[in-house]
Amino acid sequence: MENKKNASEDHQWLYSPSLESTSHIEIKDKYELFINNEWIAPTSNKYFDTINPADEKVLSKIAWANAQDVDKAVKAARKAYDEVWSKISAGDRSKYIFRLARMMQEKARELAVIETLDAGKPIRESRDIDVPLACNHFFYYAGWADKLDYAFPNQKTESLGVVGQIIPWNFPLMMAAWKIAPALAAGNTVVLKPAETTSLTALKLAEIIKEAGIPPGVINIITGHGDTGEALVKHPDINKIAFTGSTQVGKAIQKALVGTGKRSTLELGGKSANIIFDDAPIDQAVEGIVNGIFFNQGHVCCAGSRLYVQENIAEKLVEKLKHRMKSLILGNPLDKNTDIGAINSREQLQTIEKYIQIGIQEGSEIFQCEGALPANGFYCKPTIFTNVSQSSVLSQEEIFGPVLTIQTFRTIDEVIQKANNSPYGLAAGVWTDKGSKIFNLTSKLKAGVVWANTYNKFDPASPFGGYKESGFGREGGMHGLGAYLKIIK
Amino acid sequence: MLESNKHSIFQTINAASPIDKVGVEERVARFQTRSIKDDAKAQGLKMVLSMIDLTTLEGKDTPGKVKQMCFKAHHLHDLHPNLPQVAAVCVYPSMVAIAKQALEGTSVKIASVATAFPSGQSNLEIKLADVKLAVDSGADEIDMVISRGKFLSGEYNFVFDEIAMIKEACGVARLKVILETGELCTLDNVRKASDIAMYAGADFIKTSTGKIQPAATMQVTYTMLLAIKDYFEATGKMIGMKPAGGISTSKLALHNLVMVNEILGPNWLHNEWFRFGASSLANDVLMQILKLESGSYQSPNYFTLD
Repeated sequence: MENKKNASEDHQWLYSPSLESTSHIEIKDKYELFINNEWIAPTSNKYFDTINPADEKVLSKIAWANAQDVDKAVKAARKAYDEVWSKISAGDRSKYIFRLARMMQEKARELAVIETLDAGKPIRESRDIDVPLACNHFFYYAGWADKLDYAFPNQKTESLGVVGQIIPWNFPLMMAAWKIAPALAAGNTVVLKPAETTSLTALKLAEIIKEAGIPPGVINIITGHGDTGEALVKHPDINKIAFTGSTQVGKAIQKALVGTGKRSTLELGGKSANIIFDDAPIDQAVEGIVNGIFFNQGHVCCAGSRLYVQENIAEKLVEKLKHRMKSLILGNPLDKNTDIGAINSREQLQTIEKYIQIGIQEGSEIFQCEGALPANGFYCKPTIFTNVSQSSVLSQEEIFGPVLTIQTFRTIDEVIQKANNSPYGLAAGVWTDKGSKIFNLTSKLKAGVVWANTYNKFDPASPFGGYKESGFGREGGMHGLGAYLKIIK
Repeated sequence: MLESNKHSIFQTINAASPIDKVGVEERVARFQTRSIKDDAKAQGLKMVLSMIDLTTLEGKDTPGKVKQMCFKAHHLHDLHPNLPQVAAVCVYPSMVAIAKQALEGTSVKIASVATAFPSGQSNLEIKLADVKLAVDSGADEIDMVISRGKFLSGEYNFVFDEIAMIKEACGVARLKVILETGELCTLDNVRKASDIAMYAGADFIKTSTGKIQPAATMQVTYTMLLAIKDYFEATGKMIGMKPAGGISTSKLALHNLVMVNEILGPNWLHNEWFRFGASSLANDVLMQILKLESGSYQSPNYFTLD
């Protein structure tokens, strides 16, 4: 039979733009600090721009809190803790959290669009993953608020007091939910600091908090840069710091906390291994690799950024991966068909590009899809490197972008050793059709989460957190609740 | 076929990697989030129309019914210009001559089911005679069924040989091999049957007879498209795909095309390589095309039933 190698013009089928509407959202020109359910101008009188990384246009101006503002917020939280939140019944706490969850759900569409505008992530992800998961986190912990005695049977627990929470820019609303929901359920009050590039959904959440009638001071949201976070960490009347972000900042926080008696949980960086055995369902594994490294442009602490492939299937798998990458659509994050959106900031794009250069200099083989990047905005093509060694910089350092390193292995022992040979230990993926192999690896991989035949799956009921320099403490599930309680008996 | 040759083919077939159903479901759900609008939708819907095998496979089929359906095949909606005609009509062997006559002078192909359709429970002699009847009556394409009982009892050689012999009997007619995936039960079986069919000489692989549920689920079609992709990578030969049964809405049809587009690429977006086996899909597609152009839906009364 004669085969037609080249598609004629009329065979090409390109998807027309399918943009999510922005007509239904409301973004104010300027946002103040949210303290005591009021919008308070910063004493610094300073504001900074938050931009859309997809087109570099300014979305709004955000208040920049200094130490004095942080103090106001902590005082509000302390007062609310002493006078209201620790006094009301657990059942009432539960009702408030449920109300928040429901109201977030009602505004899901607006939250998703704003998240996409401010963070650059595809609307498909903010709509189908970020926002629903954020709501579910509130729903889940609302259920625990009046059942703490069942969560920790035969023990008596007590809330910690005022909690300072600092969150990253990769999952802005979802991280706010991960932090706020268990803290409130356990009976604490909160001062939350969003990341400077992605404050908007936290501020929308503040509007919902006010509308929901959460007692003033229970949740305070202060915006700013690193110095704002530092002031929060150093504030003497904070009982606990919960931080998600880079290992570098995590180390600084830990140093600052030494001897203060403040508790802490840190969820830090990662360089997670995704391991493909020769008996794996190969096409589904390819999908898992794509989800593992290209989900949210690779801005995922648990991204499966180190791929280990058994040598006898490596060639075939890499071919299939390249083929799959060709069908990824990069572009306007508001387009419902976009798979790869914008990189969160210019700084992050520069970091990623630096690592890509390192990879090329190290002699690894690069593959990127063809096609032009949008003229404005911060974009990076999905990138894979083959012929990478364990000792390459590229396979050791966290890139936090859509860059995958691929190494081969021969035996199980070898891959366990290599996977664990990292200062990080946040997550891992194992792909094999053989159950016994999965159990063998889950007990030997030093990673907080091990996914089998899937990757990047999250659920509020499932604890998440790292080994080694990926941090300590767990978020999600009963473990996440325990992190906001002290056992007193 | 040489025994040694066949041995290596079976090695290839057995080397297919396992399939994880949960992963397949997730992937398929992801295809369904593709949003097809405006020009892409208009283009897609016209492609769908041009890929339909307009089908009637009933015990109560008569020349009258078949003739009317054949007329519709090349007069889908004459009130509207620039519409494609369907790819083919699909009938029982006894109706092929009628269809041939009705479609004379048109480019609509005639496909005929054969090989003791739909169960395939007969012997080779009768199956070959069935094919011969269809081909002699003028069928351009033969839609055979595989012996599922033999497949499930592990007699893969039997299934392979049967397909190879039917292929020979087809002559110039193109052979579509129906796997009847609803009876194969697992995606691993679907994959294996796809590989056997392609290596035995199928020009097309087809999901279902339409008589067994579930029929052409996206999971099954996805699995078969991947098999076609792997076969193409290994041999350089293009194989066609025909999901049949259960695709009755434009939306589902477009999602199937999205899969074809993203797995096999635009070379397959042609009725030479992709077909829908469907009896009621055409009218829904027509309705959507007219809605795109006029902005409002028309009553089903304006679309002919045949």
